[in-house]
Amino acid sequence: MTAVPPPPMSLLAELTHRCPLQCPYCSNPLALEPKAGELSTEEWCDILDQAAALGVLQVHFSGGEPMARKDLPVLVRHAAKAGLYSNLITSGVLMNRDNLAELSAAGLDHVQLSFQDADPQQAEIIGGMKGAQPRKIEAARLVVEDGMPLTLNFVIHRLNAERVPAMFDLAEELGARRVEIAHTQYYGWGLKNRAALLPTRKQLEDTEKAVAAARERFGNRMAIDFVTPDYYADEPKPCMGGWGQRFLNISPSGRVLPCHAAETIPGVTFPNTREASLADIWGKSELFQMFRGVDWMPEPCRSCDRKEVDWGGCRCQALALTGRADATDPVCRRSPDRGLVDAALSEIAGEPEAFVYRRYTTPE
Amino acid sequence: MTAPSPALSEERVPTFARGTRLQHDRVRDQWIVQAPERAFLADPVAAEILRHVDGASSLGGIIDTLTIVFDAPRDVIARDVLAMANDLADRQVLVWKA
Repeated sequence: MTAVPPPPMSLLAELTHRCPLQCPYCSNPLALEPKAGELSTEEWCDILDQAAALGVLQVHFSGGEPMARKDLPVLVRHAAKAGLYSNLITSGVLMNRDNLAELSAAGLDHVQLSFQDADPQQAEIIGGMKGAQPRKIEAARLVVEDGMPLTLNFVIHRLNAERVPAMFDLAEELGARRVEIAHTQYYGWGLKNRAALLPTRKQLEDTEKAVAAARERFGNRMAIDFVTPDYYADEPKPCMGGWGQRFLNISPSGRVLPCHAAETIPGVTFPNTREASLADIWGKSELFQMFRGVDWMPEPCRSCDRKEVDWGGCRCQALALTGRADATDPVCRRSPDRGLVDAALSEIAGEPEAFVYRRYTTPE
Repeated sequence: MTAPSPALSEERVPTFARGTRLQHDRVRDQWIVQAPERAFLADPVAAEILRHVDGASSLGGIIDTLTIVFDAPRDVIARDVLAMANDLADRQVLVWKA
């Protein structure tokens, strides 16, 4: 691939893997980064400047729990100065009036607050943290009171899919401007817990109906993002809008990745902001060029008329299910490996299995 | 694009909703609207209108200014401005000052 890639639009800054919650579908890798390995404030500020110069428009401060980083207001202020739109992706459990006021004064543009369920007891079972729900509700109130736009994010799975209508009620009650109803994606922790989390087809259809009803009910008052579990799809999702096309992810220790699960890809050196510039990593690194565009594609992708629509689907899912990162995403009906997905779907007829918490202290 | 609401008076003062703003994208040399979890392209007409949204100017004032800038009939400019303001208010990009 010799063509110059378009500049990236969006940066997911994973400031830390530390988190008081233990959600079994966490998007962090199975091997979590210890605090000692985290980038410093100065390193992050330099990354924000580089990202803005490269063309990034929005930075999403995430984790782990990004509010576990004491320097978050400094980073938000720096992002604002660089002209970046800043979004805080948080569980809300560490938020209080004072630290939100500090972030607001630093120029934070938007908060995306995660809820594990609308039912407090079920939410706290999934999150593995007692007393989390009232703290989240208080966090939502503080954000709305400040006037900042609020998105509520719900990750959907077999154990909470019934309560999507109640999730919309909660969002309305709290004054959220956006809601994300995002079915679990099955890599990393989600894949480890797939037998407990994968919803039935009936559950999926019910969530689709609940989303359609909410769209009707709220109109333009509330923006709704709906992410389906692609196991039930016939064609794969255009993961990250294409590998290395729009999106940058930076891990707590400075690894630069085309998506948050890419550290699973074997046989490649992960570029690091401590060793190279963001521009060089985006434009020239082996990792970012590996699956960029269409030249890497195998059949049936290579001759498929959807190859620039879905970009072959998700590389991490292909790897996780087939053992080959350069295989067609097995979600695709045209993939020779589709049977692997159908087998997982047929396993959910019985009782759901118990899940394993994502514990910060458990290195894999 | 919806038709301008008949209720939209030129006396109203639009302002950007908290968490949305117009921004010049230096790298791609284009105007964009930054909003929660998305940035969308403002075409040249939209950008020209939105650059005059300052939280003090009324729609009528913006129309007057653009009528001079573009040397165009006022009713043509008014139609564009009111339709766009209505649409963006619907999408929670603009709100009205009390």
